Amino acid sequence: MATSLNKFRLSRAARTIGLAGYIVLGACLGYGQTTNSCLDCHSAMPDPLGVTQEKFSQDIHSQKGLTCTSCHGGDATSYDPTVSMGAKAGFKGKIDRKQVPQLCASCHSNPTYMKQYDPGLRTDQLDQYHTSMHGKRLASGDNKVAVCVDCHSVHDIRPPSDPRSTVNPVNIATTCSRCHSDAAYMKPYGIPTDQFANYKTSVHYQAMMVNGDLSAPTCTTCHGNHGAVPPGVDKVQNVCANCHVFQAQMYEKSSHKAAFDAAGLPGCVVCHSNHGIHLPSDAMLGTGPQGVCMRCHQPGDKCDQARVVIQSGLMQLDGAIKQADKGLSVAEASGMDVSEARLAQTQARDELIKARVTIHTYQEALVNQDVQAGLKIAAKDQQAGKDAMVERNQRRVGLGICFLAIGIMLAGLWLFIRKIES
Amino acid sequence: MISAIIRWLDERLHLDDLIAPFRHKTVPVHRLTYWYFFGGITLFLFGVQVITGILLLLYYNAGANEAFESVQYIMTKVRFGWLIRSIHSWSANLMILTAFAHMFSVLFLKAYRKPRELTWVSGMLLLFLVMGFGFSGYLLPWNTLAFFATKVGTAMVGQIPVVGQPMMIFLRGGPQVTGATLIRFFGFHVAVLPGLVLVLISIHLFLVQRLGMSVPPKIEAEWVENPSARRDMKFFPNFLLREMMAWYVAIGVLGALAAIFPWNLGVKADPFGSAPAGIKPEWYFLFMFQTLKLIPSKVWLIDGEVLGVLGCGLAGLLWLLLPFFDSEQPSRPKRWITGLGIFALMYVTGMSIYGYLAK
Repeated sequence: MATSLNKFRLSRAARTIGLAGYIVLGACLGYGQTTNSCLDCHSAMPDPLGVTQEKFSQDIHSQKGLTCTSCHGGDATSYDPTVSMGAKAGFKGKIDRKQVPQLCASCHSNPTYMKQYDPGLRTDQLDQYHTSMHGKRLASGDNKVAVCVDCHSVHDIRPPSDPRSTVNPVNIATTCSRCHSDAAYMKPYGIPTDQFANYKTSVHYQAMMVNGDLSAPTCTTCHGNHGAVPPGVDKVQNVCANCHVFQAQMYEKSSHKAAFDAAGLPGCVVCHSNHGIHLPSDAMLGTGPQGVCMRCHQPGDKCDQARVVIQSGLMQLDGAIKQADKGLSVAEASGMDVSEARLAQTQARDELIKARVTIHTYQEALVNQDVQAGLKIAAKDQQAGKDAMVERNQRRVGLGICFLAIGIMLAGLWLFIRKIES
Repeated sequence: MISAIIRWLDERLHLDDLIAPFRHKTVPVHRLTYWYFFGGITLFLFGVQVITGILLLLYYNAGANEAFESVQYIMTKVRFGWLIRSIHSWSANLMILTAFAHMFSVLFLKAYRKPRELTWVSGMLLLFLVMGFGFSGYLLPWNTLAFFATKVGTAMVGQIPVVGQPMMIFLRGGPQVTGATLIRFFGFHVAVLPGLVLVLISIHLFLVQRLGMSVPPKIEAEWVENPSARRDMKFFPNFLLREMMAWYVAIGVLGALAAIFPWNLGVKADPFGSAPAGIKPEWYFLFMFQTLKLIPSKVWLIDGEVLGVLGCGLAGLLWLLLPFFDSEQPSRPKRWITGLGIFALMYVTGMSIYGYLAK
């Protein structure tokens, strides 16, 4: 009897301690938190109405002190739905897609307001959006086009610098592709849906995703972000020129510029394509499957003849650099110091790169100037490799002579020792 | 003509009196006599270091912005510069190798026993200084490997309790390895260490001359039993001529290494760059480096690195004082010292190979 009474007392004591602990823990966790009836209810709801505290706490707006009511109105302090979601509290409910840009702009287009968070933030997003294809279509009643939340997400909006953000440079192409690669979704617009697939094969994607170069172009780099539009045919070179300055300057002065403009051809894209831009190679000047010149030019015409000269010049320089590299590597493997020639090789490579850029003038003589400069350096480096090998052989001959002299000295010493010890 | 000059000098300076001790000096001849050559070869290689070092000084420019380029200039533009620098580098390595061989031969032949304890101590101090030469000289070309090896090496000094940090800052000439460290190491390499080595070599040679050559206890016992078996060779000229033969062989080896494997210069150090993967010190520090790597980061409550550095220091100190642990009775040498020597040789060799192969 006494034992069961003790057991009862013990279990009651344990329960009391457990309850007290729960209250203390709850008080600690709840300390500093204010009432948010919106999240308390919506965190228990399934999508699309579900928003958890965990999700919303990741949102930059939440981190800056904004709450549900900042966008949706209502009263988050009340658990009475008629009060918290009542008209008296200014409850807006689900924001209509058409109203989203305007709602976001109520803060983001207010320079005075935005300055408190970051004086460097742009506030022209809405104006830009109105000029975009998305904005124009939305205004004309198309609700399928992208609005702010489609790209930036909603309730867990992160700043673009956050790698988890849907608009971080590494994620932008994927974000755009959610609609633009969806053939069924894009069908009414009659535009291709292979942009993302092509982009993934491009040198730009390689630079961004493989080499981790965040300055490499992604969709918004060429199309703009809030003011996204397909560049006009005559504006393509302006877009590319943002990075490829010299090529664009040369193209502007070239004979191709006038010819392409007259034919309504989109500049750079004619030879390099748009989304699937591959690393250019000298084969683009050839007549093989990668060749681009012969798509327009006729075999044997004046331009074709120039093409042959330009391509052979580039290949000659490329071959000469490789040959010089090979010679220098052999010399280095023999322990010879050819660092000076190695340094000069970078100049030869620079000349090759320069010549490949000069192609955009489409002037054989100008390309040849760079090629000849490169060939001169490569020839010198090749000779440096050969000279190093000659010197290596001379060293070995010298070593042989030394060995002979040492052998004679050793024999002489040995004979002398024998003589004095005999 | 030459004899006339010698006679002229002898009349004035009495050269005969000066070389008289050498004329009387003898070297015991037995089946292990060849080990006596290693001291002379080490001394010869030190001479090569001095001569090639002075020649390198004609073109070397100490300074973070000039050092690498000046060595590059020596290797590519200066006539026979490649040969001088390669010989200097190879000779340094061979000198450390022969110094180690000399030390272990003295240990196993029991040549450190009374009355030669101070010869051992001076020799050990010379070995430490020679390793100091290697460490300070390694940085002078200011290449990437040297830069980071110096960074790691000096950081280890910083692990010594109490005095470690001030010592590290003294060695580096500041909290980081910079051009100031290079200038400092250059000073150690061409002024401080040569001065100390010169004094110690003089003491070492004086002691060798004063105490004569040691005979291994076993052979000495044989000779006591059978005095007619004892054989000696005159140091001058008989032993010296044989030593010269060894020097010629050393020159041949150095020439072959320099011509076939010229010492690589590497890439110029970039203090802001990251350390190359798998960086290792020179081979003669590998056994210590690998030991430190194998010690856990915490041993009881003591930091593993601190323990390693202190352990290495203590082992070096005990090794320096080794003769004082042996018996003063020449006929009763302590066997455990030979056992310790074999263990040390196997440990140094094994750890060096392990360190070389480890990633």
